[in-house]
Amino acid sequence: MSKTWIALIGSSALAFALKYLGSAVPEFWLSHPRIQRINNLIPIALLSGLVIVQTMTEKTKYIIDHRAAGVGFAIAALIAKAPFPVVVVGAAITSAIVYRY
Amino acid sequence: MGAYGSAFGASAVANHFTVLQACLLSLLLFSGASQFAVIGVMGAGGSAASAIATSTLLGTRNALYGLRMSSILKHKGWRRAIGAQITIDESTGVALSQSNEVDARKGFWYTGLGVFLFWNLFTLMGALGANAIGDPSAWGLDAAVPAAFLGMLWPRLKERATWAVAAASLVLALVLVPNVPAGVPIISCALIAIVVGWRSE
Repeated sequence: MSKTWIALIGSSALAFALKYLGSAVPEFWLSHPRIQRINNLIPIALLSGLVIVQTMTEKTKYIIDHRAAGVGFAIAALIAKAPFPVVVVGAAITSAIVYRY
Repeated sequence: MGAYGSAFGASAVANHFTVLQACLLSLLLFSGASQFAVIGVMGAGGSAASAIATSTLLGTRNALYGLRMSSILKHKGWRRAIGAQITIDESTGVALSQSNEVDARKGFWYTGLGVFLFWNLFTLMGALGANAIGDPSAWGLDAAVPAAFLGMLWPRLKERATWAVAAASLVLALVLVPNVPAGVPIISCALIAIVVGWRSE
């Protein structure tokens, strides 16, 4: 089994377990302010890591290429309060133009 | 929802997932940020373990939703299992904004099943589209993934602490990239969330 399949099945199984077993976890534990703060901060930390790794690296090397132009557009669009589809499609178009020329 | 779903399908194919694998992620994993994390980490050359860990940590808030919904839904058996699968931001949000339990249950099921249907439909369309066009870079698909992550991150950046966690995570991930296997820099950022969340009052 390829590692893609392992990632697919493993993450799906654990995601379901979290949703299903959420109701089985004692409420005082999940509603602890410390746990709630960490729960709110984890997506911020992981998404930040994903943004930078997907924009400026390739495997274990730093690379600045067309993707950075696309993400630059995304930042400008978000500052201008553009909706999500505009951010993503605009980033793709910007990146594609830089890639071609 | 349509744009987000097709962006996922297209990005999955751009990150070397097959159309079948893209669709299975939407059917089985069914949690936007976690799905993008799997293709993001695998696409960056990460191991299956770091993809699973990143995706699962991004899904921990679904456990909180499951906890809140269980007192409203009160289902057992297969209904509870299907309810669990569609316990996501949207269905929980709609349910919790209703004034009584009957409307809350209705809101949860209609929203959850509706999102599930369209999310999977648009994933398939995005994946087929990306599969048909060939070189993902020529269509900017390799920039669509980080742009999508940024779009998910942006609304969460409100107070100073959240900006600090984001900035520290960017720096940590960048510093680690040349020094550790791919995928590890991303999951390591969770440590920053844990340390800051543990210590701040």
